[in-house]
Amino acid sequence: MHILKLIIKNMLRHKLRTFLTVLGISIAISAFGLIRTVVTAWNAGVEATAADRLITRHSVSFIFPLPLSYRDKIAKVEGIESITYANWFSGVYIDKKQFFARLAVDAETFFDVYSELLITPEQLAAFKKERNSCIIGDQLVERYNLKIGDVMPIEGDIYPGRWEFVVRGIYKPRDKATDPSNMLVHWNYIDERMKKEMPGREGYVGWYISKIKNPNDAAVISEKIDQFFQNSSAETKTETERAFSQGFMASVSAIFTSMNIMSFVIIGIILLVLGNTMIMSARERIREYSVLRTLGFSNFHLVSLIGGESLLIAALGGATGIAFAFPMVSGFEAALPKGWFPIFYIEPITLILASSAAVLVGVLAAMFPIQRTLTTKIVDGLRQIG
Amino acid sequence: MKIPFKYTIRNLKTRRLTTALTVTGIAAVVFVFAAVLMMAYGIQKTLIETGSDDNIIALRKAATGEITSIIMVDQANILSTFPNIAKTSDGKPLVSKEIVAVINLSYSKKEGGMGLIAVRGITNAGLQLRPNVKLIEGRMFQWGSREVIVGSSIHKRFQGTNVGEKIKFGGDQWTIVGWFDAGGSGFDSEIWGDEIQLAAAFGYTGAYSSILFRLDRPDAFDKFKQEFEKDLRLQILDVKREKQFYAEQSEDMAMFIRILGIVVTVIFSLGAMIGAMITMYAAVSNRTVEIGTLRALGFRRRNVLAAFLVESLALSLIGGLVGLFLASFLQFFNISMINFGSFSELAFNFSLSPSIVISSLLFSVVMGIIGGFLPSVRAARLNIVNALRSG
Amino acid sequence: MSIVSVQNISKSYWRDSLEIPVLSNISFEVPEGEFVGLMGPSGSGKTTLLNLIAGIDRPTKGSIIVANTDVTKLGESQLAKWRSSNVGFVFQFYNLLPVLTAFENVELPLLLTKLSKKERKEHVEFVLKVVGLADRIHHYPKQLSGGQEQRVAIARAIVTDPTILIADEPTGDLDKTSALEILNLLQTLNSEFKKTIIMVTHDPRAAERAHIIKQLDKGELT
Repeated sequence: MHILKLIIKNMLRHKLRTFLTVLGISIAISAFGLIRTVVTAWNAGVEATAADRLITRHSVSFIFPLPLSYRDKIAKVEGIESITYANWFSGVYIDKKQFFARLAVDAETFFDVYSELLITPEQLAAFKKERNSCIIGDQLVERYNLKIGDVMPIEGDIYPGRWEFVVRGIYKPRDKATDPSNMLVHWNYIDERMKKEMPGREGYVGWYISKIKNPNDAAVISEKIDQFFQNSSAETKTETERAFSQGFMASVSAIFTSMNIMSFVIIGIILLVLGNTMIMSARERIREYSVLRTLGFSNFHLVSLIGGESLLIAALGGATGIAFAFPMVSGFEAALPKGWFPIFYIEPITLILASSAAVLVGVLAAMFPIQRTLTTKIVDGLRQIG
Repeated sequence: MKIPFKYTIRNLKTRRLTTALTVTGIAAVVFVFAAVLMMAYGIQKTLIETGSDDNIIALRKAATGEITSIIMVDQANILSTFPNIAKTSDGKPLVSKEIVAVINLSYSKKEGGMGLIAVRGITNAGLQLRPNVKLIEGRMFQWGSREVIVGSSIHKRFQGTNVGEKIKFGGDQWTIVGWFDAGGSGFDSEIWGDEIQLAAAFGYTGAYSSILFRLDRPDAFDKFKQEFEKDLRLQILDVKREKQFYAEQSEDMAMFIRILGIVVTVIFSLGAMIGAMITMYAAVSNRTVEIGTLRALGFRRRNVLAAFLVESLALSLIGGLVGLFLASFLQFFNISMINFGSFSELAFNFSLSPSIVISSLLFSVVMGIIGGFLPSVRAARLNIVNALRSG
Repeated sequence: MSIVSVQNISKSYWRDSLEIPVLSNISFEVPEGEFVGLMGPSGSGKTTLLNLIAGIDRPTKGSIIVANTDVTKLGESQLAKWRSSNVGFVFQFYNLLPVLTAFENVELPLLLTKLSKKERKEHVEFVLKVVGLADRIHHYPKQLSGGQEQRVAIARAIVTDPTILIADEPTGDLDKTSALEILNLLQTLNSEFKKTIIMVTHDPRAAERAHIIKQLDKGELT
């Protein structure tokens, strides 16, 4: 195929320029991949949610607790298979820069509802037996070099005082979207200490999580639960886990918006770089293109010549950029404080978006030079030098 | 600089389209760079203006903000009896024991979604300690009633926050009786009501979130802090200047934005630098004969190097100015972001500072130097005879 | 007294370890105020010889003395400085900078001198008058005809009052009438302004104007 051969020869004419253009596109495409990965990492919490789980929280804000007595009332609602509860334990481990979720949970039921946290029955049994023990995700084991039997000291904030927890179990996430960096402690243990030290604060949980038999009933069941507690001291709001996470994500929407704008900006920059290269090449070759036309090459040939070169460069840049994106994403993750993003990996949709962006840019960048070449009169083109 | 500047400028004008594309690329990067810095600076400015140098805030040690802090009533009472604490005109200690809670409110229809809003239960002393808060419309809430006043950012951005409307939280209806302006500080993103009323509604019994007070002499803080740390009953608490407390909070948010933003802009800048490099390489190769002629006329390699570097610098500086000019319009935008320290939203403006202007322009100049250096070296190294022949 | 003295000059290029001789053992003298024509077929090495005399290329062997300076012994930047005051160039394709006006093109070499702005202006206006373009001062090259462009180039070449004027095929790209004008101009510069001119050409009409003709063939003087 002659045109392809000519395209490649043209590309190799200014090797440095072509190389730089490919490099520029690949850097931009990998940056695009990185930004999208950050966005998906933020969203990971939403993605990981199950459709068959309902979260019941205080109607004002998830920061306010609910009485433990609600548990039995919720469990009675028809369609609910099992129920558990949890609360933020938070506190400071080592220093304030260590980010991972520290939750106080009901040891007996938590792992029944959260079946995506995989743990051996022996470890779970050991955890249930020891009141001041904890279960941690395998990522924490790696990050802090912990093993079964180690003690994790925590300076409490929501629950003041000094706490020590013995690691009795390590869970593995079932799938990529599951947070591998939770620390789970006994709610009972904390509640007992509250009873002694801060009377009046015992008997409260953060939220209830109930597993329902049929996801389609979510709306009906949620309404039933909330009606139950209407006009009580603590009204509830029940929604699916997904809706709950989305509500939380809405509060960081400013970051999302700016990240989305940035991913457009980066595509704009690639477009400028490739467009510039194509315009310069077309201007330098205007005479050649006119010669080709006098030789009987049609407009179609010229379009495939210029467009083909543009697309080929964009495709090369896109492919290298996608290849670059993988080490870049892991490098970025390593540079951030540990645990900013428990889940951080490139999603297939990111790759699809990046490739389409490259192709789109390839097409757009060729438009202007093609238009310019085709509208130049052959005689004018021949007269042009340089 | 022996080769005249107009040579540079006219060359840029001649290849208008290429110049425009390169400038746009650099402008886009500088725009993002400046925007990120303006955002981080806006947050810092807002939070730093929130705190006063004269006020002291007490919180529980290890608390990341008021929302995770608990101070028991007896601890608060001990603190109030400390020496050096300023007195009100009627002789009571100028101490405000406050609670802070977070509620959900719906954004205006235009923005959509729900936001997390801090509600502060305040005392008369608390109002005296924050003299920069001015009521704009309506009246002050009445003590002992379920009335609130809202900050200007809340008033502007959230549904149902006009004077006379009611909002529902803490198991009751609260009437908005006024809205206030806190001079662009973080209080503009808060709802204020009577501490006693709000504590009852939120179930805060026997505890406060934070204590704000003032000393009789501004320079007494160090001495006060020494005394405070000696008191074993208050070891669980920590005292800070209010300004420092908010500055620390802003540091976390600003840092997050800066790290993310700078990583992204550095990567972007690689793209723009490559764009500038391609442009400059093309400029060199299109003007090989001219370079040969200049050298034959007696211009030296360093003159040629300088001329091309200046050309690249001019490109990037124009880009920098355009980017900065566009970014300066961001100052009219008010955005909000969750404050990780208080778990509630903080509204702020993008703000421009002289140091942001300088660093943005420096950034563009650096892009120009890096992008233009190799092509300029190539231009300077051309062999005269070959260069003349290449026409 | 000779102003240019070419002594035993040889020049070769290297192509992949293969030595290609361009000039071998050339010696000749150019007396001050002479008009020398270098002739010969393509590839005979005339332009290379011209470049060596002008100090933009270096010989493999031999030396070239121009006005008591051994050009071959000068370093890179000394050479640049030397060129700016001693050599005036006229190229086949004029080589004007397209973004500068006629005035600015002619002014270029003066930027390397210590002349004030006012002095530069006087010099430039004077030489443009000499070449007959006083009315085209603020025109850009593309607004001028080929002959006019070459006259601007000649003005640029003489504005510093150089020791020698080097012309490489100055009429090669011009029509008959313009070529004639350029040759007349060069002759005037030689006879009235006593400029030493060394000109490469293969145009016999151009060669007629020269007082001395050197024939080059395959790198040797014949």
